[in-house]
Amino acid sequence: MAETVSERQIGDVVLDLRNISLAFGGVNALSDISFDVREHEIRAIIGPNGAGKSSMLNVINGVYQPQQGEVVLRGQRFEKMSPGHAARAGIARTFQNIALFKGMSVLDNIMTGRNLKMKSNILQQAVWWGPAQREELAHREKVEEIIDFLEIQHIRKTPVGRLPYGLQKRVDLGRALAMEPSILLLDEPMAGMNIEEKQDMSRFILDVNDQLGTTIVLIEHDMGVVMDISDRIVVLDYGKKIGDDTPDEVRANPEVIAAYLGASH
Amino acid sequence: MGFFLETLIGGLMAGMLYSLVALGFVLIYKASGVFNFAQGAMVLFAALAMARFAEWIPGWLGFENQVLANILAFAVAAAVMFVVAWLIERLVLRHLVNQEGATLLMVTLGIAYLLEGIGQSLFGDNIYSIDVGMPKDPVLVLEGMFPGGLLINKEDFIAALIAAALVAALSLFFQKTATGRALRAVADDHQAAQSIGIPLARIWVIVWFVAGIAALVAGIIWGSKLGVQFSLATVALRALPVVILGGLTSVPGAIIGGLIIGVGEKLSEVYIGPLVGGGIEIWFAYMLALVFLLFRPQGLFGEKIIDRV
Amino acid sequence: MIYRENGQFKTSYAADQQIFPIRQDRYAIAALLVFAFVGVPLLADEYMFRAILIPFLILGLAALGVNILVGYCGQITLGAGAFMAVGAYAAYNFLARVDGMPLLGALLLGGATAAVAGIVFGVPSLRVRGLYLAVATLAAQFFFDWAFLRIKWFTLDSSSGSVSVSNLEMFGWTINSPVEKYLFCLGLLAVFALLAKNLVRGAIGRQWMAIRDMDVAAEVIGIRPMYAKLSAFAVSSFIVGVAGALWGFVHLGSWEPAAFSVDRSFQLLFMVIIGGMGSIMGSFFGAAFIVVLPIFLNQALPWLGNLVGVSISTVGVSHSEFIIFGALIVFFLIVEPHGIARLWSTAKEKLRLWPFPH
Repeated sequence: MAETVSERQIGDVVLDLRNISLAFGGVNALSDISFDVREHEIRAIIGPNGAGKSSMLNVINGVYQPQQGEVVLRGQRFEKMSPGHAARAGIARTFQNIALFKGMSVLDNIMTGRNLKMKSNILQQAVWWGPAQREELAHREKVEEIIDFLEIQHIRKTPVGRLPYGLQKRVDLGRALAMEPSILLLDEPMAGMNIEEKQDMSRFILDVNDQLGTTIVLIEHDMGVVMDISDRIVVLDYGKKIGDDTPDEVRANPEVIAAYLGASH
Repeated sequence: MGFFLETLIGGLMAGMLYSLVALGFVLIYKASGVFNFAQGAMVLFAALAMARFAEWIPGWLGFENQVLANILAFAVAAAVMFVVAWLIERLVLRHLVNQEGATLLMVTLGIAYLLEGIGQSLFGDNIYSIDVGMPKDPVLVLEGMFPGGLLINKEDFIAALIAAALVAALSLFFQKTATGRALRAVADDHQAAQSIGIPLARIWVIVWFVAGIAALVAGIIWGSKLGVQFSLATVALRALPVVILGGLTSVPGAIIGGLIIGVGEKLSEVYIGPLVGGGIEIWFAYMLALVFLLFRPQGLFGEKIIDRV
Repeated sequence: MIYRENGQFKTSYAADQQIFPIRQDRYAIAALLVFAFVGVPLLADEYMFRAILIPFLILGLAALGVNILVGYCGQITLGAGAFMAVGAYAAYNFLARVDGMPLLGALLLGGATAAVAGIVFGVPSLRVRGLYLAVATLAAQFFFDWAFLRIKWFTLDSSSGSVSVSNLEMFGWTINSPVEKYLFCLGLLAVFALLAKNLVRGAIGRQWMAIRDMDVAAEVIGIRPMYAKLSAFAVSSFIVGVAGALWGFVHLGSWEPAAFSVDRSFQLLFMVIIGGMGSIMGSFFGAAFIVVLPIFLNQALPWLGNLVGVSISTVGVSHSEFIIFGALIVFFLIVEPHGIARLWSTAKEKLRLWPFPH
């Protein structure tokens, strides 16, 4: 896996987070956090439970509005990012507690990811024949490519509510990929998986990063995986940044070790 | 000025009754997260039971004392409301733990239909009267302060007092007793409450029973004013804007919301109504609630909801 | 053995995306349409048309509209009756005030007016949901109840407060007899059902369902909640409005606001719950059930009562109607939230395997 990392061209900063602070009714979830993400890299965010990792992703794609700080995306400043802006700017994400549309089939779930690229209007769709159908078929082909890539052909017509956890995680990834994002935020993509499922998922993530050149921001608890696949790691603890470096450096950082082992400072 | 004050007071008194019905909504919502559309049907059901038992019991037991009949009928009607609460928990709520609010809301519509159908089958569907000895004659007060004084309906006044007393008692029950605290815990999180050993089923029976008693009191007051009839079931629809205004989780909110809606309805009917053809009270209350909803979705005193991802 | 899709392989995505991908289903629906358009007019008598078939078709159309909003987009409405009223009164005004307005034009304009009203009263859905939204739709209900009763302009200052439409005519075809009315409603229902199906299986339908299932996730993939919700309100109210106009024009002939009261709204919601939320077919199952049940009870209950020596009055029947509706609502929400439509598809699933279930 080390080879893939070295072959890629890591580019300029695409996403820059500056002095982000976020509080919920007086409780500080994030205090004054800054870090950047470079093009094509795999950037991991780690930290103990409650460190503010998911909140960080929610700030990046505009689900939460930070009280202070700004998000700079390809040089464009956003004091208030909204989920809609983020999606249009090419940011996709998956969720820690899978947020699939549980009443819909796998195919339909992934098709929703194409939503921004579908242009036919409501009247054309009501008539179906003509532009709406052509568009539907064109996007269906794209979605089938993703289904092939994730190896979930056999369940494409199954309602996602009936799928086991590991497969739901894959569908969640599939829906994000259908957006053809330039930046992909993954919130614990391997939580609750067994070793084989984790290997599959790691392979998918590396393939996406390698073949499509997608920049990836990843939250993960499995240190083995994180150290293996990420280029740089941000470490959060109680809403503060306590480390930001390459995997090897982070491993050696005493503050990080203390946070993980619970030793007193 | 005298006329304005009369309208205002009339509105406040009507508002107190709305508060009473709204209180039933709030109690159940707080303890089970269910928005109980059947509250109106419960008012009808309880009032029917009260009216009919007060009529039947003297015949069964062979006495003619009106007061005793009313007391016995109240006790029996309360027992009936307990059975209703128990059945609702047993047959419906227990199967819907942790369901979405929308499902629960629709289920209470079903319960409302059931109660209306069963109530009228058991107790009859005519107009019945409840006579608990409320004085009907209006009195003049404050003749010294206004020319002609203020005309106030004694019945309204007593009703408002009873409603206020009940509201106060329930607030104390919620704040001061162990059961009251358990109710609030259940409202916050079903599963968490269960895990610290609060018996969910019992709490629900209690809270639906308490809401049933509130419905009974409201039913008696409205019933003795207007007669017990099917239209009582629609008071739920009248009280709905009240809870939206006051906030679904707040007992004081129910009271103040009730007063605002009561006064707003009366004043708008008297001062705006004639300009647009009258009959605006119902939708005026809703529009008031709706406008409010857009600016403060949690109501005056409700708790703000934060979505987590 | 008969109902089986073995050997029907799809070779293109287009074939896979048909409304009825299984051949037997296509034959069945074709047979059903032929029967509805040709068989029923030959078989049914006037009472059947007036009491059952026409109300079923129109309320089925209204339930379809409600289902789009409640079942597909997950927004509760307790004000569907009001949007039927808007459709009916708007269509009436277009027909009466505009010279040479064709019937179909009036109906569609009535629907369009209802759609606008739906958008206006759907705006609160952008801020609130669930119960709070139900309150907003009730506001619409009570407001329009009042408006059509008290604002005389809407009823052309008719002294009785009721309005009436006669001489229905379309492209030189006079719609007078029950059979003609039936065919007219059936034709409209078939067209709207097809259009609605196209919407819910396409991009906009997926947006609605995404909002219903998980609105935050929907926003994150770029679905605009405002567009998705308001379009659902608009489409739903349009269909409900057309149904309202049909109810007034074709079924009632002359009507008052009470025809579209809050009871009607509840009834439509019940059709959707019992029939099946999120299913076009379910809307029709629900409508059929709720139209037929009272008629059935009226016949069956007194007869049953006679068997055991109890006489059951008409009032008694209407009370048992309440009880049965209430019980069914509770039953379906607890046991089968997807309604009769799901029971139907489970039965089909069984049939596919029959007689070798293993």
